[in-house]
Amino acid sequence: MLASLARATAGSTVATALRRLTTGALLLGVVCALSGCDYALMDPKGPIGVQERTIILFATGLMLIVVIPVIAMTFLFAWRYRASNTTADYRPDWEHSNAIEAVVWIVPCLIIGALGTVTWITSHTLDPYRPIASPARPVEVQVVSLDWKWLFIYPDLGIASVNEFAFPSGTPVRFHLTSGSVMNSFFVPRLGSQIYTMAGMETKLSLLADEPGDYEGMSANYSGEGFSDMTFKARAMTAADFDRWVEGVRSSPAMLTMAAYRDLARPGVATPVTRYGTVDGRVYHDALNKCADGTACIDDRMAMAATRDALGDAALCGPGALARSQTSGAVPRVPSQQGPNSLERPSPVQGL
Amino acid sequence: MFGKLTLDAIPFHQPIIMGTLACVGLGGIVLLALITRFRLWRPLWTRWLTSVDHKAIGIMYIILAMVMLMRGFADALMMRSQQALASVGGAAGYLPPEHYDQIFTAHGVIMIFFMAMPFIVGLMNLVVPLQIGARDVAFPYLNNLSLWLTAAGAVLINLSLGVGEFARTGWLAYPPLSEAAYSPGVGVDYYLWSLQISGLGTLLAGINMITTILKMRAPGMTMMRMPVFTWTSLCANMLIVAAFPILTATLAMLSLDRYLGMHFFTNDGGGNPMMYVNLIWAWGHPEVYILVLPCFGIFSEVVATFSSKRLFGYKSMVYATVCITVLSFLVWLHHFFTMGSGANVNAFFGITTMIISIPTGVKIFNWLFTMYRGRVQFTPPILWTMGFLVTFTIGGMTGVLTAVPPADFVLHNSLFLIAHFHNAIIGGVVFGCMAGFNYWFPKAFGFRLDERLGKVSFWCWLTGFYLAFMPLYALGLMGMTRRLNHVDNPVWHVYLLVAMAGALVIFCGILAQIAQIAVSIRNRKALADLTGDPWNARTLEWSVSSPAPFYNFAETPRVSGRDSFWEAKVTGEAYRPPARYGAIHMPSNTGTGVILSAFATVLGFALVWQIWWLAIVALAGAIVVTIVHSFNENRAYSVPGDVVARTESAFQQQLTA
Repeated sequence: MLASLARATAGSTVATALRRLTTGALLLGVVCALSGCDYALMDPKGPIGVQERTIILFATGLMLIVVIPVIAMTFLFAWRYRASNTTADYRPDWEHSNAIEAVVWIVPCLIIGALGTVTWITSHTLDPYRPIASPARPVEVQVVSLDWKWLFIYPDLGIASVNEFAFPSGTPVRFHLTSGSVMNSFFVPRLGSQIYTMAGMETKLSLLADEPGDYEGMSANYSGEGFSDMTFKARAMTAADFDRWVEGVRSSPAMLTMAAYRDLARPGVATPVTRYGTVDGRVYHDALNKCADGTACIDDRMAMAATRDALGDAALCGPGALARSQTSGAVPRVPSQQGPNSLERPSPVQGL
Repeated sequence: MFGKLTLDAIPFHQPIIMGTLACVGLGGIVLLALITRFRLWRPLWTRWLTSVDHKAIGIMYIILAMVMLMRGFADALMMRSQQALASVGGAAGYLPPEHYDQIFTAHGVIMIFFMAMPFIVGLMNLVVPLQIGARDVAFPYLNNLSLWLTAAGAVLINLSLGVGEFARTGWLAYPPLSEAAYSPGVGVDYYLWSLQISGLGTLLAGINMITTILKMRAPGMTMMRMPVFTWTSLCANMLIVAAFPILTATLAMLSLDRYLGMHFFTNDGGGNPMMYVNLIWAWGHPEVYILVLPCFGIFSEVVATFSSKRLFGYKSMVYATVCITVLSFLVWLHHFFTMGSGANVNAFFGITTMIISIPTGVKIFNWLFTMYRGRVQFTPPILWTMGFLVTFTIGGMTGVLTAVPPADFVLHNSLFLIAHFHNAIIGGVVFGCMAGFNYWFPKAFGFRLDERLGKVSFWCWLTGFYLAFMPLYALGLMGMTRRLNHVDNPVWHVYLLVAMAGALVIFCGILAQIAQIAVSIRNRKALADLTGDPWNARTLEWSVSSPAPFYNFAETPRVSGRDSFWEAKVTGEAYRPPARYGAIHMPSNTGTGVILSAFATVLGFALVWQIWWLAIVALAGAIVVTIVHSFNENRAYSVPGDVVARTESAFQQQLTA
């Protein structure tokens, strides 16, 4: 397992990481035998989940080096030195031992040193923003969490779906995520990492499924009344099946216009799966920039503010400038990925 | 006239709530009738409610904590039963989301702010002045005010049950969900004002306790001679003073958003909800240590006393405590690794979190080596301590696990996380409070608690805890996330049923505790503690009679080492009466704290419902009371030496009897 971890952390390819996980998988075999493989996190279907499982098992194993002796010592010492056992050594003034002090400080330090190193490395190799190395070209998906449903837009394919997310197995999926309402967390346990979706901000995530299958997806972050039904199916398919699925969606008469998006954004519980054959290219941009309702987009306002900072107010005070800012929501423009906060990531200081 | 308040605010159509209210109302009427029947109003007012005696205040804090434990635990039972019912066959359960969401929010808020905090503050109040040889805290009136402000917050949160609603946001009320746009009701406002009022009380209590420990220690008690409980209390109160203003400021900003349409944390207008999440956890993580550090102190006292042995590695314990205190401010981001911060940021906070486990681990080893070569008596306090050692170690392990960012990416917000923090908080804080309660009860009331029922309670809590939360670890690994009102999964259903059974076993533990108190009161003669030192203990609080006299120490003790009372017993200097008793200067009781807090409750209620005239009246009332109190010259009185001598000679007779 250590070997597999080292490989995984060194960022080796999916296939080799998988092969090296046999030891870990053996342990899993025991768990799964007991449970019928209900343990989604212990039976992942993609390389991200597999590496995260390895880390969980490795860290647990490492800590058990201390935890098991502590639990054993608790029972052992309490029993050995029980008051009724007068044959045991009793030294009421014994309160210090350099040797014991050294051991109890150094051993945890060593373990945390090892775990800290693994943490540093895997935080980078498993950074959700990091693309998954693969010969296949990744599928781009834009995700918008709404009250209480998930909207998936395939910008390269010009289609969209609600509460159903299909993708080819063996191909990395690159998500761009935001929220049309409150904060949610996009999570498919069998595939691995979750990430928050936040209004006016964009997060990114890469996942990959090794084999076809329907995997449960959900919001992991409480978002209000309809939260419990905010689930979706993540459907990994063979390339051929995915192509057929895309064709099926394309033939759907439903269109995700801005008006349709505004309808969709209204609160609703347990929304049925919906497929849109065509998608207005502005939907994701406007959802991200909080201008789906026709108000000024955040990116436009920030661009204006930047211009004002650079040139002074005079540059923006002409009548033309006013007109520009007032109509910005309605002016057709090229869909842009450049959200207001599409600085690399929504860091905690970004709002400051 | 009444702002947003109308008769619709009372949930007549909710049978569960109305039934609860009826029971509470009936219980309240019976209680009030009994007080009247036995003519207890006057003693209640003069000896308890208006008391500035740190012991009475500590006891009242703990009573508040226990009452709120019932409320919070009722919420827990409802959540567990709802999930057990609504997890198979598409059943909806008996709690619709709008009610269920209030329950899990209230459970978290009540258990942290109105159960754990008052219990800890109560124990510190009861014990710290006695441990350091002081006659009271530094600011006795402030202490009384702190208690009643905390109670005011508790009253407000309980009012929300019958008048209006409580927040449906989760216990930290993350925006934008808690903003007016998504939570237009009064629930979040109840949340805000009850926490602001009780938070003020906590902050004042923190200032009070720090001053007391730093300035009022008996002569000879240097910092490195302080009992470990006093040390951990000092650190916890430093954390209170450093962290609670962050909470106050954060909630104030959310209030400005909600009341005045500002945009600190809104989705639009340039607000950023993640600022709130950062700020609330900059308070929230130290808060965890505010709760658990004093419990570490309790375990240190208990394990040394019941091993009849010095605490192993006192200096290590102190340094470890201080390390934890400092580090607790450097880890807050681990609560939201999934926000999308960079790998460097995540790794930094992950590693700082793991580093905390080093001093914590050292402490655990030091407790173990205190038992080593000791004579361990298996009384309830030491059982709680052993339960803690095993349980908390497991909770610590799962905590470090979730501190590894890539592991947290799948464990975050899952039931694994819920199991982890209950493992740490029940295993650490609740077990600590119970250990301290059993340990110091004789000092507060003059008789011991029944041991047999104490042990029954312990075993119920312990087995109940494992039954209730081990399935949650498993469910987390299966991919079940938190705060779900209903799921449909027959496999999960079985685990949820086991968890429900665990909660019922814990309930038996609570019932055993109530029985323990009742039986002990009945048998108080047989359980009486005449020596003031029922456990053959080590620190100063055991050198005086039980219950401690209101002035604590007839003569300020002199301290020449750690475990000074133990030393005195060894050298035979314990209990030696002084040549003569001098007069003692003591603070006078005052009703100002109660009155001020009554105004604060009304103010909070008026602000929740936006009854502006009432808010102004209440605020003006509070200010007037404060000004009037500042002219009160009758702050203290003198206890004549012969009164002290009579009390002390009675104790001396008990000792020799």
